[in-house]
Amino acid sequence: MDQTYDVVVLGTGLKECLVAGVLSAVERMKVLHVDRNDYYGGESASLNLLQVFEKFAKERAMDKSAIAAKYGRYQDYNIDLIPKYIMGNGLLTKVLVKTGVHQYIQFRAGDGSFVVGKGGKIHKVPANDKEALRSSLMGMFEKLRARSFFVFVQNFVETDPSTHGGYNLHRMPARELYEKFGLAAETVEFIGHALALKTNERYLDEPAVNLVKAVRLYSDSMARFDTGSPYIYPLYGLGELPQGFARLSAVYGGTYMLAKHDVEVVYDEETGRACGVKSEGETAKAKFVVGDPSYFPGKTKVMGQVVRALCLLSHPIPNVNDAESVQIIIPAAQCGRRHDVYVLGAGSSHNVCAKGRYFASVSTTVETNDPQRELEVGLRMLGPIDELFYNVSDVHHPLADGVADGAFISTGYDATTHFETTVRDVIDIYKRITGKDLDLSKDDFTAADTSG
Amino acid sequence: MASNASAASVTTQAKLVLLGDMGAGKSSLVLRFVKGQFHEYQESTIGAAFLTQTVCVDDRTIKFEIWDTAGQERYHSLAPMYYRGAAAAIIVYDIQSQSSFARAKSWVRELQKQGNASLVMALAGNKCDMEEKREVQAEEAEAYAAENGLFFMETSAKAAVNVTELFHEIAVKLPRAPAPTAPGVVLTNQNRAPKNSQCC
Repeated sequence: MDQTYDVVVLGTGLKECLVAGVLSAVERMKVLHVDRNDYYGGESASLNLLQVFEKFAKERAMDKSAIAAKYGRYQDYNIDLIPKYIMGNGLLTKVLVKTGVHQYIQFRAGDGSFVVGKGGKIHKVPANDKEALRSSLMGMFEKLRARSFFVFVQNFVETDPSTHGGYNLHRMPARELYEKFGLAAETVEFIGHALALKTNERYLDEPAVNLVKAVRLYSDSMARFDTGSPYIYPLYGLGELPQGFARLSAVYGGTYMLAKHDVEVVYDEETGRACGVKSEGETAKAKFVVGDPSYFPGKTKVMGQVVRALCLLSHPIPNVNDAESVQIIIPAAQCGRRHDVYVLGAGSSHNVCAKGRYFASVSTTVETNDPQRELEVGLRMLGPIDELFYNVSDVHHPLADGVADGAFISTGYDATTHFETTVRDVIDIYKRITGKDLDLSKDDFTAADTSG
Repeated sequence: MASNASAASVTTQAKLVLLGDMGAGKSSLVLRFVKGQFHEYQESTIGAAFLTQTVCVDDRTIKFEIWDTAGQERYHSLAPMYYRGAAAAIIVYDIQSQSSFARAKSWVRELQKQGNASLVMALAGNKCDMEEKREVQAEEAEAYAAENGLFFMETSAKAAVNVTELFHEIAVKLPRAPAPTAPGVVLTNQNRAPKNSQCC
């Protein structure tokens, strides 16, 4: 470790691994990547069943043979600490392809997407306009109005004002655009929460262009792989993503050290700049340090909390047409809250559970002093639960951008069920470090060589 | 036209991973096999995601997708993803070094922990052109391999001894009918164009 690097990255969460991969492969920096845990992934790891009991429920912990008797092989479980789905045409997919990291990971589509409507009824989110016309979500006239909204979104080109319907979408609030199409409250809720995937109602007062782009991302994701779902998910869980980007960094010379339990940032005594890290009596020097908030005490503030219930079931989530990998959105208004509640399911077809077992999660942004209770509306939908683990996490934001003190800190993972904000944070960190925009549209990355 | 003309022989993809101590010659073996090259001072990583090479065995064509450790074995930070779905593994040691042989045994234990029963494991005693500096006797390695269900060969990437043979033998040993993998999503596929328009 007693060496000099361009950068030390702390924590092997998805954001940190993405930054390490890009700094190695694009900037050709000399990277040292360190984690205090003995596994990859930090907050965005997927853990096996032994690790899950150890982390969340020591009092219930079982040894390997007890787990084997009850749940099958512990290694067959890959339980996401922060369950999400990947938008087929989203930023993460673009980064995966541009970096070649998609070659390390196998993906499968999600089976279906659902939304809770009036009276607690679960509706399939229509996959296309034909399905929308058959859906029980809307009445006939409303369907026609909704259809003209979808046609508008589908024809929208940001750089071509003639496709903007004569509106200034950068100024007009989303609420007003809905009004122009005469859409009813239920339709607005469905579009905003089940398609645009907004976690609360604040977007209604923000520029309509953001809404249009979010709905468009959903329909483009739907169209991209023609699987009937806008979502994809890696075999063996989301923890494969950080590992994949770590491998990218390693292929370009990045050095990886795990289980450095005592690792901490070293600051220059005179300038206060982060200038390296130390662990076990050794010091690695660097021009700057990147990491997740847990490695930078005193340099972040808590902006909120997210609560997640990680559940093991012996059956797929009920009432979703036997779909094994699903997302169910419970819009805030349907459960008397300010933030939506999300239910996600996956199973052995994505290699996250032993055969015959299922994984489900319920998550939301914390609004009260009793976060576990806030999940009840979602937990009720799961049927009998074999094991339940609560994961309440503070969402930290850095106090400064890192330019002055050389400490580039990622923000914590928010409640969204996809990776758009995750990748945006990485793009932002990259810009703070290099002063450049990370260009995903061009073949920026040296594509990994796959030919013989 | 989009016609997946089925050739007489079926091509099977097989992920193959290399394990072993730094400097045992993992990258050199791959480079010799894939490109027929040898560099006296091979850089510690190949600098590529993975390399591919095709081997024909009887009526079968095996396309090896060969993963190198990318240096992540150095501080024991090899990610679980490295082993996922591997059909074969070559554990490499240097016949000039007992410690690299000891490390090879610990890699075998690591692989056995993954619990993939159908994994084909090969033990390669590399640098067998350096007979005068030999520390590990072939008999010793042979006995160890037999005990642990591996097959064993001594190789030299430098002198091109037994390299092609090693990969050929793995191809022969691969199970005939690979476990059917669930249809995945290929991220580079774009489904935006009308179907049946053009073959890629």
